[in-house]
Amino acid sequence: MQGFAVALQPMNLLWCFLGVVLGTVIGVMPGLGPPATIAMLLPLTFLMNPASAMIMLAGIYYGAKYGGSTTSILLNVPGESASVATCFDGYQMARKGRAGAALGIAAIASFIAGTVGVLGLMLIAPPLAKMALAFSSPEYFALMALGLAMVVLLAGRSMVKALLAMLVGLWLAGIGTDLFSQTSRFTFGQMELLSGVDFVVVAIGVFAIGEVLTNMEGREAAKALPVPKGIRNLLPTLQDLKDSRFAFANGSLVGFLIGVLPGAGSTIASFISYGLEKAVSRRPEQFGQGVVEGVAAPEAANNSETGGALVPMLTLGIPGSSTTAVLLAALVLWGFKPGPLFIPENPALFWGLVASMYIGNVMLLVLNMPLVPLFAQVLRTPTYILYPLILGISVIGVYSTSGSLFDVWLLAGFGLLGYLMRKLDYPSAPLILGLVLGGALERALRQSLMMSDGSLSILVSRPVSAVMLSLTLLILLIPLFNKFNAWRLKALDN
Amino acid sequence: MKAARADFWSGLALGGLGAYIIVTASRWEYLGADGPGPGFFPLWYGIAMAGLSLALVFFSLKNPNSDLIDWSGARRAFGAWAALALSVALLKIAGFAVSFAVLTFFIVAVMYRRPYWVAATVAIAAAAGFYVVFALALGVKLP
Repeated sequence: MQGFAVALQPMNLLWCFLGVVLGTVIGVMPGLGPPATIAMLLPLTFLMNPASAMIMLAGIYYGAKYGGSTTSILLNVPGESASVATCFDGYQMARKGRAGAALGIAAIASFIAGTVGVLGLMLIAPPLAKMALAFSSPEYFALMALGLAMVVLLAGRSMVKALLAMLVGLWLAGIGTDLFSQTSRFTFGQMELLSGVDFVVVAIGVFAIGEVLTNMEGREAAKALPVPKGIRNLLPTLQDLKDSRFAFANGSLVGFLIGVLPGAGSTIASFISYGLEKAVSRRPEQFGQGVVEGVAAPEAANNSETGGALVPMLTLGIPGSSTTAVLLAALVLWGFKPGPLFIPENPALFWGLVASMYIGNVMLLVLNMPLVPLFAQVLRTPTYILYPLILGISVIGVYSTSGSLFDVWLLAGFGLLGYLMRKLDYPSAPLILGLVLGGALERALRQSLMMSDGSLSILVSRPVSAVMLSLTLLILLIPLFNKFNAWRLKALDN
Repeated sequence: MKAARADFWSGLALGGLGAYIIVTASRWEYLGADGPGPGFFPLWYGIAMAGLSLALVFFSLKNPNSDLIDWSGARRAFGAWAALALSVALLKIAGFAVSFAVLTFFIVAVMYRRPYWVAATVAIAAAAGFYVVFALALGVKLP
């Protein structure tokens, strides 16, 4: 009830509404994802009450999941990577003249799964945080190493490149004055770097500017299929709902459980859910040709994952994705310490956020059903207007945080880095996570070694950290096992 | 430019960064009386970076004909970045409104080949819009 008392305050309702609308618009636009948007808006939230700011930013996060399906269904272009699986059947339904039913079922699946995800967050986060209270520096180090390892494993096609991106993130986190010894590290003689590289600069540069530069490679946008007007045309039939009932449950559960695992992410969740739905379907051969449950399952998983992803972020301080990394950084910048003490120390913020997510999901359903044609119009915004606006907001956002033109130069530099990373197939999520976790990871490691007079055995002699480090090692070795297995099978074939 | 070449050069660049980290970190204290020093952590991730970069270079040389990267649109992206860098350089001399308007004009007129009057209208409207929303309404200091 405390949460609803916070979330139902008129200003917080307004911020929640703004967040979900903005999130939907961002989700509709291919190329501009929630991490970039949240990073761009982060400097502006310093003027806001943290609870209101968190409610708005979370609204952008889950609102974008709703919006992401629109471009998948109408354009066959996913608004974000988590909506890729929705393209398979969503676009085929639209081509058969059932765009309205596909958009409608996506909205309903998103609502059901989003609510299940919030319910899971509410039930699991507090006991998990209580359990993590017993953690000391070695356990924290092991936990962060585990989180980084999972992200690296699932980050992209090349394990080596993902690891390298993460190491660059760790290096960026190390720039500045070492708090233990007051030594300035990697500052290149620049006074501005003594306090370190601002997370906002890196996030906006790599995500927002990098995405704009990538999108500017092409001149023309793809053409969207028409959206049927009127709510009646957006309502799925009773048969559609009946066909999707298992997909709703499957997507909700799979999405939440995968979301809880740091690093797994909504893209994996939507693909697993789609695969599971196809595996148990009575008509698997029709998947990919426009079946309604092929839209419902990935959309449900994609939305339920949001609640799951907030569990490790809020209770352990481990972000599982780029968006939760930016949200985690936001909490740190506002002066909070995400981790086991976060919920007991900030109950109003936590429960206010949970309650706002229930309200936000209702808002999204009400908004999305009748307003999909309107949101689809966003796709028609000329890119030559959109991109300069994003660049302008990015520059203002960075300058307003520090008042330093040096940071604006850094922004341009990180923008180029973000573009090159995309071009050369280096995933950006490990870099951001390395940057976010780097400082805390080093602190935990050094504190652990101080506790043990420099002996690394402290990391493996404590049962919890030993288990987590073993898991980390196992995860890092899995690609090698896979490679060995593939080589062995090839050798057997020959 | 092939991906393999791209991997080769990016591997070399990151290898150079790893070597720089190792050399710099080795000048700092590794282990002191109070525990690990400022050079402890960077030295290890520097070594890891150098090692992985070498692995990337090795794989790239071993598979020279792996994935292809389409560089055809890169000129447009680099052009846009150069315009952004120029507008950042202009910030100190001309202020945000003028430098942003110049950047917008370049993107609309040169990169998207729209008529000059359209580019000028978008540039002026966007610069004015930013000034009204951020500087006047929100009280945010513009560069």
